[in-house]
Amino acid sequence: MAITSEKVERARISPMHAAKDIAVITRRNLLRNIRLPQLLIFATVQPVMFLLLFNYVFGGAIGQAIPAIAQGKYINWLLPGLLIQVAAFGAGQTALGLTEDLSKGVIDRFRSLPMARSAVLAGRTLSDLIRNGFVITLMVVMGFVMGFRYQTSFIGFVAGLLVAMMFAFALSWIMASIGLAVKNPEAAQSATFLGVFPLVFASSVFVPTQTMPDWLRTFAEVQPITVTTNALRGLMLGQEALAEFGPGINPVQALADAPSVHGQVLMSLLWSIGILMIFVPLSVRVYRRTVG
Amino acid sequence: MSKPIVRVENIVKVFKKANVRALDGVSLEFGAGIVYGLLGPNGAGKTTLIRVLTTLLRADSGYAEVAGVDVAADPTSARTHIGLAGQYAAVDEYLTGRENVEMVGRLYNLPAKEATKRADEVLHNIGLAEAADRTVRTYSGGMRRRLDLAASLVGRPQVLFLDEPTTGIDPQSRLGLWDIIRDLVAGGTTVLLTTQYLDEADQLANRIAVIDNGRLIAQGTGDELKDQMGGSVIELHVGDEVRDQAIEALTGLSTEAAAFDQYRGSLRLPAPDGSQTLLNVVRRLDERSIAVQDIALHKPTLDDVFLTLTGRGAAEAEAEAEKVTTSKRRGPRGRSN
Ligand SMILES: Nc1ncnc2c1ncn2[C@@H]1O[C@H](COP(=O)(O)OP(=O)(O)OP(=O)(O)O)[C@@H](O)[C@H]1O
Ligand SMILES: [Mg+2]
Repeated sequence: MAITSEKVERARISPMHAAKDIAVITRRNLLRNIRLPQLLIFATVQPVMFLLLFNYVFGGAIGQAIPAIAQGKYINWLLPGLLIQVAAFGAGQTALGLTEDLSKGVIDRFRSLPMARSAVLAGRTLSDLIRNGFVITLMVVMGFVMGFRYQTSFIGFVAGLLVAMMFAFALSWIMASIGLAVKNPEAAQSATFLGVFPLVFASSVFVPTQTMPDWLRTFAEVQPITVTTNALRGLMLGQEALAEFGPGINPVQALADAPSVHGQVLMSLLWSIGILMIFVPLSVRVYRRTVG
Repeated sequence: MSKPIVRVENIVKVFKKANVRALDGVSLEFGAGIVYGLLGPNGAGKTTLIRVLTTLLRADSGYAEVAGVDVAADPTSARTHIGLAGQYAAVDEYLTGRENVEMVGRLYNLPAKEATKRADEVLHNIGLAEAADRTVRTYSGGMRRRLDLAASLVGRPQVLFLDEPTTGIDPQSRLGLWDIIRDLVAGGTTVLLTTQYLDEADQLANRIAVIDNGRLIAQGTGDELKDQMGGSVIELHVGDEVRDQAIEALTGLSTEAAAFDQYRGSLRLPAPDGSQTLLNVVRRLDERSIAVQDIALHKPTLDDVFLTLTGRGAAEAEAEAEKVTTSKRRGPRGRSN
C-alpha cells in the first residue's frame, strides 16, 4: 500500500464481519458469567429474596388491595412487577462491565484490533440481554414454585416476557452511557442505584399506584417502569389486573377507568424504542469521546 | 535504509485538561526487521507515542504512518498490520489463556479453526502451553505479561508495539522475554518497544531513541549513545563539606570534571579506562585524605545518559515532568553534545 497524495481510501468493515465481532465479544462477556457464577447468583438472589419477602411479609396486607384477577394471590400480581425490577437493577451490570473493561485496558486492546467499533457496545448490551433472560427465567421458575399462575394464555405470558426483555435491553443502553460517562465502577453503581431505586418504588411494581397521593400517582402512572409492569400484568393476568378493586369501589367503574392492556403495551414499547433512539447514539458518542 | 515501516513526522499531542504537552514535535523513522527502542523516564511520552501509532489516540498535528498506512486517515487498515501489548496486561481474568488468545485471533479476523491453531502456536512459543487452559486469574504477573504478548502476536503483525514489556518482571523471565523478542525479529517482525532501562534497550534494540518531555533528545545505536558517555562511570559519595575539594582533586583523571548529581547526592565522572580510572581516583582521594563514603564503577545507566544529554538525572527529569505543565525549552543542554 503506497502512500499517495490522493485522499486515502479508508478500509470498511462489512456487516458480516461486524456481526462476527459482536458474536465474539458477546461470547466473551457471557463466559465471564459462567466462570464467575457469583455474578449470576447475586443477580438472582436479590430478586428472589424480594419475591419471598414481599410475598410472605406484605402479601397478607397488600394482597387485600390488589385486583381480584390475581385471585387473592399476591404472587400473581407481584411476579410481573419483580421481573421489571430485576430488569431495572440488572441493567446496572452493563455500566459495571464497561467501566471494568475500560479500567483494565481491555477496551484499548479491542480498539487496537481491526474489529468493528460497534462490537464492544453491542456485544455488551447483547450479552446483558441474554444474562437478563437467564435471570428472568430463574425468577419465573421460582414464581411458579411459589404458586404463580398466568391467567391469560401462554402466548400472553410469553409476550409479557418479551416486553420485559425489550425494556431491559433499552435500560442497558442508558446504563452504557452512564458507565462510559462516569468511567469508574463504583460511581457507575451508585449512579444506577440512585436512578433506579426511586423509579422502582414510585411505580406499580409493589403496590397499586391508586394508593399513592395524587402528585406521586400522576408521575408513577406515566413513568416507564409502571407502564411496563402494567403491560406485563395485563398480558399475563388480563385487563382486570390493571383496575383498582377494593372495599367501596364499584368494580364496573373501576374496570372502565383502568388503562387498557394494549395501551400499556404500546406505551412500554414506545418508551423502549424512544430510549434506544436516544441512548444508542449517545452511548456511541460517549464511547468515542471516552476512548478517543 | 529501505522504505520505512514506521514513520513519524512532527507529532504533537497536548492533553488540554491536564495542560500537558505529552508529545512536542516527535519525528522518527525506521525500516523493517529491527527492534527500535524508545527510552525515557516516567512521563516522557512513550506511551502517548505508542497510543498514537496504534490508533488509540489522535495526534493534534503531525503525520504518523505504520506499514505504509496513515494511522489517522485509515485506522482500520493500520490495525490489521499491528500488534499491541500495552503497559498493563489487558487480559481477561475469567477466560483461560487459550480463550484470551483465540478471541483476539478471531478479532483479527482469522477463521475459528485458524485462530485455535495460531493460539496453540503462540502459547507454545511463549512458554504458556501448560497453563493455557487455566483461567488467567491463577496467572502470575509475569505470565499475564507474556499472555498479553501472545495475544498481540496471534494476528502475525508486521509491526509489534511493546510498551515496557519487562517492567515488573523478574530478571529470569526478563531474559526469556528478550529471547522471544529476538526470535520474533529473526522471523521478520519489526518491534518498537519502550523501556526505562538502558541495558534493555542496549541488549535488544538495534536503534534507540531517547525521549524526554515529549521530545526526542538523542537517537542512535546503544554504542553510539554510550560513547557519548565515554564508557563506564564512577559514582562516589563524599561529605558535603569536602565535595568541592573532591571535584578539584579529581581534575585531570577523566575526560570530564566530576559532576554533582543533586538528585542522588553523588559525584559522577566518566571512567574511560574502567577500573584503572577507579584506582586512580581512589589513590588521588587517599593522597588528599578525602574520606569517601561509597564508591562504585558502573556501566552507563539511563541516568548517566540523561545526565549527559540534559544535564540532569532521569529521576530528576521525572520529578520535573510532574511539575512542568507545558514543555519549555530545557535548561542546560548537556556537556558532551
Ligand atoms: N489521558 C491523559 N490525560 C492527561 N494527561 C496525560 C494523559 N495521558 C498521559 N498524560 C500525560 O502525558 C505525559 C506523558 O505520558 P506518557 O504516559 O506518554 O508517559 P510515559 O513515557 O509512557 O511514562 P511511563 O514511563 O510512566 O509509562 C505525562 O505527563 C502524563 O501525565
Ligand atoms: Mg508509559
